[in-house]
Amino acid sequence: MKPFGYTAVRDTGEAVRLASRTPDAAFVAGGTDLLNLMKDGVARPGHLIDVNGLDLAEVTETPAGLRIGGLARMRAVAGHAAVRRGWPVLAEALLASASPQVRNMASIGGNLLQRTRCGYFRDTGSPCNKRVPGSGCPAVEGWNRGHAVLGGSDACIATHPSDLAVALLALDAVVRVRGTAGERKVPIGDFYLRPGATPHVENVLRPAELITAVEVPRSATARRSRYLKLRDRATFEFAVVSVAAAVDLRGRRVRDVRLAFGGIGTTPWRSPEAEAALRGNDLTAESVARAGRALVRDAEPRHDNEFKVELVQRALAELLEELR
Amino acid sequence: MAEHTRRTVLKSAAVTAGGAALAARAPAAAGAAAVSIQPAQTAEITLSVNGRRRAVSVETRVTLLDALRERLGLTGTKKGCDRGECGACTVLVDGERVKSCLTLAVMRQGSEITTVEGLADGDRLHPVQEAFIRHDAFQCGGCTPGQIMSAVACIEEGHTGSDEEIRQWMSGNLCRCACYQNIVAAVADAAGEVRR
Repeated sequence: MKPFGYTAVRDTGEAVRLASRTPDAAFVAGGTDLLNLMKDGVARPGHLIDVNGLDLAEVTETPAGLRIGGLARMRAVAGHAAVRRGWPVLAEALLASASPQVRNMASIGGNLLQRTRCGYFRDTGSPCNKRVPGSGCPAVEGWNRGHAVLGGSDACIATHPSDLAVALLALDAVVRVRGTAGERKVPIGDFYLRPGATPHVENVLRPAELITAVEVPRSATARRSRYLKLRDRATFEFAVVSVAAAVDLRGRRVRDVRLAFGGIGTTPWRSPEAEAALRGNDLTAESVARAGRALVRDAEPRHDNEFKVELVQRALAELLEELR
Repeated sequence: MAEHTRRTVLKSAAVTAGGAALAARAPAAAGAAAVSIQPAQTAEITLSVNGRRRAVSVETRVTLLDALRERLGLTGTKKGCDRGECGACTVLVDGERVKSCLTLAVMRQGSEITTVEGLADGDRLHPVQEAFIRHDAFQCGGCTPGQIMSAVACIEEGHTGSDEEIRQWMSGNLCRCACYQNIVAAVADAAGEVRR
C-alpha cells in the first residue's frame, strides 16, 4: 500500500467538507473492498476519511417504508425483523452475499460502491479502461465468463457485483447522498451508469458526496419478493447470475411486478420489457417464458459467457415458480 | 546472545517514538475534534486485547492483523490470504467476528478485541477448543485459530441449528486440508456444550 493520511470524522458535514478539499481522498466504512483494492494497488487514495463515527447506522421502519442508514452493516439489515417481513428480497440478497465476517463489517453505502470483480480490473499488470482510462479492455476478447451480456461497450463489459443493489432495484429504492451543496435523492435505477466510453465513471456520485441513507418504499410487491443467486460454489461467492423478483398476485393474475438481475448487465439490471410481459397476465409457463425472452432480446454474449443467456431465463422461471 | 528471529526484529523495530496520539473512539458527538494522521506518520493508539489495554505504535497502513501479530506478538491469529477470503485472521471486535486483515488498526482504537489467545481460562480450554481436539477438527492447523474464533461467534449468534446451517455460517473460513466434516461436528458439539 502506498502511504496515506487518515482522519476519523465525527460529523457528516465535516466529512464532505474534508473530502472536498483533500486531493485523492476516499471515505472508508467497513473497508472490506477498499483495503483489498489498496493492497493490490488498484485504488491509491492519498487520504482516508473514516466515517464510522458518524450517526448513520440506524435501520428504521417509517410509515412510508424503510430507511437504512448508509453506515448500517449488512448483518444488521439482513437480520432486521421489519426487513424480513416487509422486504424479504432485501434480507435474502444480503444473506447470500459475502461471508458472516464481512457482513459484520461492510456498510450498506460501501456495498453499493464496491468495485467490479473483473480479474483484469483487479490485476494492475493488465490494461483496463475502468482502472486506467484509455488503456484498453482485455475482457472483450479474453477471459469473459463472468462478464456482462447486456449494457456493455467496446470499452468495458464488467458486471457490478452487489446483490444488495439488485434487490434495491426491484424495490424502487432511493439513495440519499450528501455533498458540500447539501443533500439530494437519486432513484437507484438512475444511480449506476453503463460504461459507454467512460467505464471509470460508474455512478452519478459527485466528488466528495457520501451515501447517507437508502430509502425503500412499502409495497405489495415488496412483501412478496425473493432473491435467487446462482454461483460456482454453494456459498461465499459472487453471482454468475441472480434474480430479484417482487410480485403482487391476485390468484394467478400479476397485478404488478418488478424484476431485477445481477451478473448479466454492466449495471444492476432492471427489465421493464420482461415486467411488461407479465403485468396484467396470468403467471404461467408461457408468460414466464415470454418475459425471459424479452429480458435477453438485446443480449450480446461473448466467447465464454453465452451460457448466461439461457441460465438467467431458467433462474427467472425457477424464482417465479417459487413465488406463485 | 539472543538469536534474532524475524519476529523479534519486527517487535523491537515497532518500539519507536510515536507521532499523533489517538483518542478513544466515542459515539458520534457533533463538534468533537477530528483525529488526523499524516501519511507515513506513526500514531500511538490503544487497543484493548483479550481484556488488556495495549499501547501500539502504528502507521496508517497497518492492518489490525499485522498490529496483533507483528506489534503485539499475538501470532495465534494467522495471515492466510490477507484479502478477506480465507478467514484465518478472524478475531472478535466488540463481540462480533471480523476479518482482521480487512480493517486498519487505527480504525479499531478503543475497541475490545478477542483473539484465540484470549479464549482459554488459564489452563482450561474454551469448550470450542476442547471440541476441536475431541473431533480432530484440523490437520495442518493453519486455519484453526480462525475457525475457532468464527465458531465461537457462530454459536453465540445462534446459527448452529443443523449441520447445513453450520456449514452456511462457517463458510467464511476455508480449510485447505478439507477437515470440514470434523469442523462441523466440533461446532455442533461445542454448541451443545456451551448451552449446557
